[in-house]
Amino acid sequence: MNRSDPRPHLASHTDSTAETQLLRPVLHWNPGMLVPILILGSIVLVGAYAYFLQLRDGLSVTGMRDTVSWGLYITNFVFFIGISHVGALLSSILRLTGAGWRHPITRMAEAITFSALLFGALMPLVDLGRPERALNLLLHGRIQSPILWDIVSITTYLAGSTLFLYLPLIPDLALLRDRSQQLPGWRRWIYRVLSIGWSGSASQHARLERAMGVMAVLILPIAIMVHTVVSWIFAMTLRPGWNSTIFGPYFVAGALASGAAAVVIAMAVFRRIYHLERWITVEHFRKMAALVLVLDLVYLYFNLSEYATTAYKMELSEKALLLELFRGPLAPLFWFTQVFGLIVPALLLVLPPLLPALRRRWILCSVMASALIVIQAWLKRFIIVVPVLEHPNLPVHDPASVVGIYQPTWVEWSITAGAIAGFVLVYYLFSRFFPIVSVWETEKAERAEVPEGQALRPRLSPAGEVAS
Amino acid sequence: MGNAERPLSRRGFLLTAGAGAGAGAAASGASLRKLAMEGPHPGDPGAGPQRWVMVIDLARCDGCGECTRACSAMHLVPTGQEWIKVYSMAHDPLTRPYFFPRPCMQCDNPPCVHVCPVGASYKREDGVVLIDQDRCIGCRFCLAACPYSARYFNWSEPAHSDWELGQAYSVETNIPHRRGVAEKCVFCPALTSQGQLPACASACPQGAIFFGDEHEDAVTNAFGETFRLGELLTAGAAHRHLEELGTEPRVWYLPPRTLSVRPEEG
Repeated sequence: MNRSDPRPHLASHTDSTAETQLLRPVLHWNPGMLVPILILGSIVLVGAYAYFLQLRDGLSVTGMRDTVSWGLYITNFVFFIGISHVGALLSSILRLTGAGWRHPITRMAEAITFSALLFGALMPLVDLGRPERALNLLLHGRIQSPILWDIVSITTYLAGSTLFLYLPLIPDLALLRDRSQQLPGWRRWIYRVLSIGWSGSASQHARLERAMGVMAVLILPIAIMVHTVVSWIFAMTLRPGWNSTIFGPYFVAGALASGAAAVVIAMAVFRRIYHLERWITVEHFRKMAALVLVLDLVYLYFNLSEYATTAYKMELSEKALLLELFRGPLAPLFWFTQVFGLIVPALLLVLPPLLPALRRRWILCSVMASALIVIQAWLKRFIIVVPVLEHPNLPVHDPASVVGIYQPTWVEWSITAGAIAGFVLVYYLFSRFFPIVSVWETEKAERAEVPEGQALRPRLSPAGEVAS
Repeated sequence: MGNAERPLSRRGFLLTAGAGAGAGAAASGASLRKLAMEGPHPGDPGAGPQRWVMVIDLARCDGCGECTRACSAMHLVPTGQEWIKVYSMAHDPLTRPYFFPRPCMQCDNPPCVHVCPVGASYKREDGVVLIDQDRCIGCRFCLAACPYSARYFNWSEPAHSDWELGQAYSVETNIPHRRGVAEKCVFCPALTSQGQLPACASACPQGAIFFGDEHEDAVTNAFGETFRLGELLTAGAAHRHLEELGTEPRVWYLPPRTLSVRPEEG
């Protein structure tokens, strides 16, 4: 339909409600917004101050030393890049497999990807001893180094994901351009410029659909390569614990699981704060729960493959590391990731249809499972990075000294908290500048009688569902 | 004849195809090198004609630590680093512990050089692995990749003497030391190019550290004992540490027991 023409469907009550309701967080800013912005913003500022201290005094302000030379920053890096895979999962895999129910949550997923990639890419820079020489990566870059593979694939993925976020946003940007008369000039300018003259003609729609189809195919191998080469930073070394052939798929599986879990949390939060119960239904949580369950089990399987095959043999070089994980000081962390991070979430996702008591608690169960999986994802990255470094081939000479035992400092924790807060802040601000649920795709789905086979109409009234 | 020509032409085709594939491979090799814009290292005076090699006789090492002290004094090694570090190795309660001096192994297949994203770590023609601290970005991938824990990082600004700060930076000495870059044993090129032993080898009171040129097939220790490298390695049942990793170190170890058969002096 043409936005500049009077649109007959707007006369229908539901459609105008969809548009009004989905645009409300964007068009109606309120003072309440300041609460999350100020809280998240101040955490970011503390992190920025901590980074300033690190720039001034060097990496000696961190807990990293020669034995454990990578710590929280590299953990965060792998974590964020993992979360970012949700975009490829929802926009690409679900599109290619024709899952029509994805529409209300694809933009949520793509925006997570965008924000997570921003902060993920920032982390290795924060970790550099000489950040002012980062340009050497381009001036003297050696394509033989896995770090260069990461730079190439992550920048490609960031560019591709931004494009994939932007393309289906264009019709909504045009809608905002036409509906934002009461907004300040700078925001109207943003919408006007970004909507690049979208008029909603049939040929424009056809071109947009084609572009999105191409992107869906392109982005998938890029996403897989991104996390594969991230894992290869570790797997290309001779270190026991990293020297593994399955690290690529192992990391990709973990990335998809954590990303899918992150979007379930985002769905629940946005559903609550923006009153999206009509579009993000219990059925969406059921579908996502199935997806998260499958990915959780695949990742559990990779964990089994990785640890069981080394632990059965107990090769000397692997032994100290494995024993520390299984029953040493890091055992509580390790078993938390396996039991509460993977097995319990799987149960939470399996039980609701089986237990009558949980049947009306779908959303609560899937959000709890997802939260556990996301926490697991961060802890697991820590377990992959740090303990391996604590167990080099040659014995750590003086275990009595602090060398070899990694204790992150407040600087590292502050930068970590700042990065996570920044990630949430960018995500939140995105939802205040752009509709977090695609308006035009929702309208399209609502207009169609049986859109793409299975539009998810709420089967019960929203009030009948027990929301978290 | 017509039949005879066919195989010829087929062979011709195969040759052409082979040549084309070869040229393609060469071109991609060349473009790969081009892609890797490592560039020259201004702080490097260049390698001599030798191929340096070290042999450490573990039977002679009594763990006194003179090598480490001499090294640290010679290179003004920042506090907390031991470019040659003497480990006390005890694999099993039933076997006798022994001392194990670990310099940088100067691997011929160096994992640290492979992973360096900017070509700051590089292998020189004389076999020495060097670090260009003018270029190092401090990512510490090399520390993670080194199987021998031979690499160190300047987490803070090292303490400097005025003399040190007055020196022009050289890749061969790593002086003046600087913050945020990797460092390690460099086989003392500043000494060896003058025909002297590395600091650790000359300081060893047991004469346990031998050093020399693989091309000359000779290694010498602090006492001036000189052995044919080949004979010393064979007769002494030498090994390289973590040989199974395929890093091909240029540091050889003689086993930690008194040898029943001493090789002849060269």
